[in-house]
Amino acid sequence: MNGAEFVALSLPPILIGVFAAIACAVPGNFLLLRRQALIGDAISHVALPGIVVAFLITGAVTTWPMMLGAAGAAIIAVVLIELIRRLGRIEVGAAMGVVFTTMFTAGVLLLEQSDTSSVHLDVEHALYGNLESLIWLDATGWTSLADPAALAGLPPELPRMAVVALLVGLLTLLLWRPLTISTFDEGFARAAGLPVTAIGLLLVIMAAVAAVAAFDAVGSIIVIAMFICPPAAARMMTNRLDHQMGWSIGFATVSALSGYVLAGYGPLWLGFDNSISAAGMIAVMSGLILAIAARFGPCRARVAGS
Amino acid sequence: MSIELATDDGQAVLPGDLSQSPLAIRGLTVSYGDKPAVFSVDATFQPGAMTAIVGPNGAGKSTILKSVLGIVRPLSGQILIHGKPAARQIHLVAYVPQRASVDWDFPARVIDVVLMGLSRELGLLRRVRRTHLDRAMACLARVGMERFADRQIGQLSGGQQQRVFLARALAQDAQIYLLDEPFAGVDAATEAAIIDVLKSLRDEGRTVIAVHHDLSTVSAYFDHVFLINTTRIAEGTVAQAFTSENLHAAYGGRLPAMPAAGQAG
Repeated sequence: MNGAEFVALSLPPILIGVFAAIACAVPGNFLLLRRQALIGDAISHVALPGIVVAFLITGAVTTWPMMLGAAGAAIIAVVLIELIRRLGRIEVGAAMGVVFTTMFTAGVLLLEQSDTSSVHLDVEHALYGNLESLIWLDATGWTSLADPAALAGLPPELPRMAVVALLVGLLTLLLWRPLTISTFDEGFARAAGLPVTAIGLLLVIMAAVAAVAAFDAVGSIIVIAMFICPPAAARMMTNRLDHQMGWSIGFATVSALSGYVLAGYGPLWLGFDNSISAAGMIAVMSGLILAIAARFGPCRARVAGS
Repeated sequence: MSIELATDDGQAVLPGDLSQSPLAIRGLTVSYGDKPAVFSVDATFQPGAMTAIVGPNGAGKSTILKSVLGIVRPLSGQILIHGKPAARQIHLVAYVPQRASVDWDFPARVIDVVLMGLSRELGLLRRVRRTHLDRAMACLARVGMERFADRQIGQLSGGQQQRVFLARALAQDAQIYLLDEPFAGVDAATEAAIIDVLKSLRDEGRTVIAVHHDLSTVSAYFDHVFLINTTRIAEGTVAQAFTSENLHAAYGGRLPAMPAAGQAG
C-alpha cells in the first residue's frame, strides 16, 4: 500500500477508531471503579430506537438528527432507570437490564417494521458500525493533510469523534479531583461539600456522549469493549488512578491500531482472501490485552480484605 | 467559638440555647422506606466535648451523622451548626465514615487519600504543592502512619486503614469531627492511637462526636453521651446519662454485658 492509498483508505478509519476507543476508555475508568461499567453498554443499546426515530422523522441518515435522537433516547433511559430503581427499590444493575433490553428490542422492532431498506441502517450497522467505509476520497497522499480543499472532504465522523475525545479528556482533567473523591468515598465527598449527584450525572452524560458519537461511527461492539477492557486491564498494571488512566488510553490506542490492521491484513496473512470486521477485531484485541494483563499484570491480585 | 462554655457540668449549653451549641438537632425524623430510622430526635451537642452516640444496632446512630452531613435527606427536622443551617456550615465539619463503606481496592496510595482532606482548599485545578504534601504528612504522623504514605490502601490492615481515614479528617482542620464507629474492627494499638488523637482534638477546643459500639469503654473515652433507639433516650455527661436505667431503656432486653454503667465521673 502506498502513501496515497493509506491516507485515503486507512488513515481516517484508524484515527476514528483510536479517538472512539479513547473517548470511551477515559470515562470507563471511573465507571469501572463505581461498578457502573455496564452503563456504556446500556447507553449504546438504548441509543438505537432514538436513532431509528430520528431517521423516520428526517428520512435521511444524517449526523446531527441521529445524534440528537440517540441523546434523547439516552436521557429517557437514564430517567427510566432511575425511576425503576426508586419505585421498584431494586439494584441499579437490574433496572438497567430491564431498560436497555426493552429499548434495544424496541429499536430493532422499529427498524424491522419501517422502511429503511433504501439506506445503510440495519442491525448489523448498529453492532459493527461501518468503520471500513469511512474513507477519504479526496486524499491524494500525505500532502492532502495540508490541503484545505481535500480536508473538507474528510468523513464527518473523524472531526466529530476527535472533538468528542478532546472534550471528554478536558472535562475529565477539569473534574479529576471531585470525580476521584466521589468515586472512592461518596459519603466523605458529600460531607466535603462536593455536588456528588451532579458529578455522577455529568460522568454518565460524558459517557453517553462518547458512546453515542462512537456508536454512530463504529457500532456498539467497540463501545461496549472500550468502556470496560482498557480500564480493567489498566487497573491491573498500577495502583494509582492517574497511572491507570494513562495505561487505559495506551491500551485503547493499541487495540484500535492493531485491531484495524489485523482485520484488514490478518486473514490475508493466514491465506484467506477476505478481510474481517475492523470493529469486531478491535474489540477482540482489547479483550486479548485484558487477558494478558489479567495473567501477567503486576497489580492483578485483589488484596485480601481485612 | 464559645469554648469558654465548655464541658463542665454546671456550664453545659442548655437545650434552648441553640446558637451556643456546635451542633443542635431539633425534631429530626428520617425514614428509609416505611419505618422511621430516627423519629423526632432532639440533640444539643456540647462544644469542646467528646460525645458518644450509643444505642443498639439499627437505632439510627449513623443516620444522625448522615443527616447532619446531608448524605441522607430527613423527612423533617432542623439541624443547626453554630446556630445556622447545617448545609451552609458544612465546611466546619470533618467526617470519618465507617471503614467498610468504601472499596479499599481503589487505586490510591495512603497519601492520595489524606490529600482528599485538602480538596476544599485545592479546588478543581490547583496543583498539590510541597506545603500541601507537608501538611498531609504531618496528619499521617499524628496517627503514626507516615511510613506508609506510598503504600496502596488495600495493603493496609483494618486498623491502619482507620488511621488513614482519621488523618484525612485531620487534614480538613475542622471545628467538629463526626466519626462513625472509629473503633470497629481495629487492633488495640490503633484504638489507643485514635483515642489519643480525639482527646487532643477536644483539648484544642474542637467538638468530637462518635458513633460508638463498645459500652465498656464509653466512660473511659468520652465525657458526654447521647443514647438513642430511634427516639432519644437520654443525653448529658456520662455521669448523668450513662446509667443502667437509660441503657435498659435504649437496649431493652438486648443489653450486652455492661460492667461500668453509671460508674463514670
